[in-house]
Amino acid sequence: MSAVQTVGQVMADGVIDFDIGSLGRNFWALTIDGLTYGSIYALVAVGYTLVYGVLRLINFAHSEIFMLGMFGQYAVLMLLGFTPRGDAYDEGTVLTVVYLLLAMIGGMIVSGSAAVGLERVAYRPLRKRGAPSLVFLITAIGASFVIQEFVHFILPKLTNDKLGGVNAQQPIRLVVPSVQFSVFGADVTNVEIVIVVAAIVLAVATERFVTLTKFGRGIRAVAQDPVTATLMGVSRERVIMLTFLIGGLLAGAAAMLYTLRVPSGIIYSGGFILGIKAFSAAVLGGIGNLRGALLGGLLLGVMELYGQALFGTEWRDVVAFVVLILVLMIRPTGILGESLGRARA
Amino acid sequence: MSNPGGIGAGSEHDEEFRSTEEMVGGSIAEEYLPDGGVEEGVEIDLAAVDPGLADASHVAEVVASDRTIHASVGEPLLQMQGVTVKFGGLTALDDVTFDIRRGEILGLIGPNGAGKTTCFNTMSGIYRPTSGNVLFDGRPIGAVKRNQITRLGIARTFQNIRLFSDMTALENVVVGTDARHRTSVPGAIFRSSRHRHEEHDALDRAMALLEFVGIGSRATEKSRNLSYGDQRRLEIARALATQPKLLCLDEPAAGFNPAEKQALMDLIRKIRDDGFTVLLIEHDMRLVMGVTDRVVVLEFGRKIADGLPSEVASDPAVIAAYLGVPDDATA
Amino acid sequence: MSTDSTRPALQLSFSDKLRLWWDALARPTQWAVGVPFIILIALLPIIKPPLLTTVGTDFGSVLAQFGMFALLAIGLNVVVGQAGLLDLGYVGFYAIGAYTVALVTSPVSPWNLTDDWLAQDWAWLFAVPVAIAFTAVSGLILGTPTLRLRGDYLAIVTLGFGEIVRLLADNLTNITRGGQGLTQVAYPVVGVSEERPNGIFSAGNTIAPLNSGTWWFWLSIVLIIVVLLIVGNLERSRVGRAWVAIREDEDAAEIMGVPTFKFKLWAFIIGASIGGLSGALYAGQVQFVVPGSFNVINSMLFLCAVVLGGQGNKLGVILGAFIIVYLPNFFLGRTELLGIPINGDDIADYKYLFFGIALVVLMIFRPQGLIPARQKLLAYGRPIYVATRKAALALSRKPAVETKGGAR
Repeated sequence: MSAVQTVGQVMADGVIDFDIGSLGRNFWALTIDGLTYGSIYALVAVGYTLVYGVLRLINFAHSEIFMLGMFGQYAVLMLLGFTPRGDAYDEGTVLTVVYLLLAMIGGMIVSGSAAVGLERVAYRPLRKRGAPSLVFLITAIGASFVIQEFVHFILPKLTNDKLGGVNAQQPIRLVVPSVQFSVFGADVTNVEIVIVVAAIVLAVATERFVTLTKFGRGIRAVAQDPVTATLMGVSRERVIMLTFLIGGLLAGAAAMLYTLRVPSGIIYSGGFILGIKAFSAAVLGGIGNLRGALLGGLLLGVMELYGQALFGTEWRDVVAFVVLILVLMIRPTGILGESLGRARA
Repeated sequence: MSNPGGIGAGSEHDEEFRSTEEMVGGSIAEEYLPDGGVEEGVEIDLAAVDPGLADASHVAEVVASDRTIHASVGEPLLQMQGVTVKFGGLTALDDVTFDIRRGEILGLIGPNGAGKTTCFNTMSGIYRPTSGNVLFDGRPIGAVKRNQITRLGIARTFQNIRLFSDMTALENVVVGTDARHRTSVPGAIFRSSRHRHEEHDALDRAMALLEFVGIGSRATEKSRNLSYGDQRRLEIARALATQPKLLCLDEPAAGFNPAEKQALMDLIRKIRDDGFTVLLIEHDMRLVMGVTDRVVVLEFGRKIADGLPSEVASDPAVIAAYLGVPDDATA
Repeated sequence: MSTDSTRPALQLSFSDKLRLWWDALARPTQWAVGVPFIILIALLPIIKPPLLTTVGTDFGSVLAQFGMFALLAIGLNVVVGQAGLLDLGYVGFYAIGAYTVALVTSPVSPWNLTDDWLAQDWAWLFAVPVAIAFTAVSGLILGTPTLRLRGDYLAIVTLGFGEIVRLLADNLTNITRGGQGLTQVAYPVVGVSEERPNGIFSAGNTIAPLNSGTWWFWLSIVLIIVVLLIVGNLERSRVGRAWVAIREDEDAAEIMGVPTFKFKLWAFIIGASIGGLSGALYAGQVQFVVPGSFNVINSMLFLCAVVLGGQGNKLGVILGAFIIVYLPNFFLGRTELLGIPINGDDIADYKYLFFGIALVVLMIFRPQGLIPARQKLLAYGRPIYVATRKAALALSRKPAVETKGGAR
């Protein structure tokens, strides 16, 4: 049972199939789908990258912030009167957009407040006590599972089994995916367009915010040099709260977009894998670098889909992990390299 | 420090970053620091543990290195030959040439930014010279991994003390002796004879070293709880434990009052008398003049003086470097 | 300020005195004190003390689970507590250990050796060292590219590793039978008798109090002692000191000549091996291995055991493991507590929630855990500890002396 024999046997068993043909045939469809998922990863990746740039901390619990956003937008839809039923609703274009926007705002509010709350309750006491980074990481992973288990067990009790629990929420479909046009023979649906466009808008808005506004400058200042920033009158605590808030808002928005693409993905454990992927995307693009998060997200989404075609669906999630390891080994600063404040050490 | 692949290089810039982080984050709370333990303030009688330690010459004998050094006393142990070190566009060292002779105490001084740290890092092999050679004990120093420096025979103390705070004084020194040990995991698990021999040797040497530098009674205190002066001594003891050919002290007198500085000078002389060669990087002129045999002065990466302390102290170039030319308003 | 002549120069609490006394003992004496204590613990499933014993589930099985968990905690402690490497995917090593045993001995496995040349009775015993070897190698493979990374990155990479192992177990259905799992895993066949046709370790041995749970518990006690001896020897050597130095200040350690990467890798390998041993134990005990048992959330539980008990303290983490395993089982099936009606099954379900909260709270208020680490790093340090104890006791009997400036 040597290692070589094992690998050989595994591949001979046809378990890991190298299907280049499939990749070639569906290249554009895969690319479009990849960009769609990638936009979602990008929005979540911004949250990781911002917090890392300002605090040098990997916020493990960010994946759960995203997950809460999914439940948040779902709750809004339920409050608006929608129920999970077999077919999709057809409220007409304008109304559908309004409802989706409301859902997105709901998700953003839930995620944003959860992010700020997490920072206040879990991280700030540690910062005040000057805890070493190992302690932050342990807390983050604890917080992550607390939130998951809350949705798993407590939320159903609080909402009369309507939200949370062991199983995924039954999907509430507001949009029927319909093909709008074709690109090189691959169909592009309205859902995909909405996701990518919304992500781009949000991403650009965030970038403008960080570059142009006073608050955004505060973020970059603290990321670059906390002491001088404080001396210049920037409140470090405010900036940190703002950073978490922005990350949370984007994650909440991404959550709504994600459920458009994967309506059955709303479950307490639904954030975990996506979080790892988004983090890998942030590292790929350059951790601490806003544009890097966006680029990394899109790239990772596309690579994932190609990987899925090449190796089979069950190996899709492994792609992100492999990418992460390779980036950290070969070019740890990522593609775009610079940090949030520019050239920090 | 944004480089995720790095382990946080001990360069000057990063040390700066670390301290600002502490400033902004607040001091580390008690819970996160290792427990002081009951040994705080307890003084033990090392001579009771090992009677041989009452005899100073025996202590000196144990402490002395048994490493073979090729250069004889008085001959060059470390030679910097036309060393130039450039980082991108910045020239940190420019054609620097000097020797450190075996058995001497050499002072390396210069104003801030003169290149002392770069010089020191190049000597220990962390930086490779852009041009020029560094010869240590007759052989050129190639690229050296950080944990090979002690194997070369160079040991150092740090400007801002970097002891292992969770360990006792004795354990800190024993870690120093470990640098020359070869026991690995299998030996430790099965308590091989090499392991047992090295552990006994480590303990004997470490106790002798603590006595030698004068903190024997504090052997079981956590290093975090030692007084500032004792911590500096402990760092020196730990460095000596690696049995170096060359001991480098990086600003060892920082924060000392005159009495403590005097005691430090006595200790440095004692170390030299025990057969070690010492490189002293310092700001404090009086300390340098008082204890060194020769002095090398750097300014802006260039050597501007090299000779006896008294010569260097009256060298106009040196005075100008430290005090500026008469017309300057800034010191 | 006047001197309080009744206040001693050194305040020694009871636990301080205990620790001083214990450290100054000769090794044989320490064994003489420790062994009765171990025997008492071993007799627990037979004595079944009324307050402690579990209602909804067999106490012996709970203790067997605890034994396995304690092994895991000791192994993870080497990685996290001693070397300071945050490994969030420790469940991966556990899974590899369990699956190796299952793959070698289960009749439905494609790599089964038991229908070949391996006798069923000895299969488990043979498979255990194989499991340890495989896990050690996997530790080596995982560690080599990742241990150069900073702590945060190591953490998330190991988290991914844990998930990947589970994914592999799930997806390589031709080998692992995916979610169906591998059944009829071998166990040591010992003590066959009329009432126990398959031996004492078989799941079929349900004759209380010496049921299979109790026997597995005793086996794990033996293994725990062996592992503690190994880890203890490592602590009191160059290796243990290197780990603490790496944890404290890795750069300074390097400059002092500590080969940090080598010893970090060793920490990983040793931690992995212990995890693999525990996995092998698990496989033999439940005799059925599925991917679902190896969720990443279990990595969080292992971490909680280490952190709760006292990271860096190999005995403390055993206590942590006990709490993690015992507490949920205490509630299982219990419908009232001190007169108050409760839903014990529900409370047991919430264990991940409670322990997650415990982690967060601990990190804020008591990061050193229940029993803080007081490592002994010297192999022949006893004379020093004796001298320390003497000096400490003498100092505690002397009145405090008022010195200039008010210092002690």
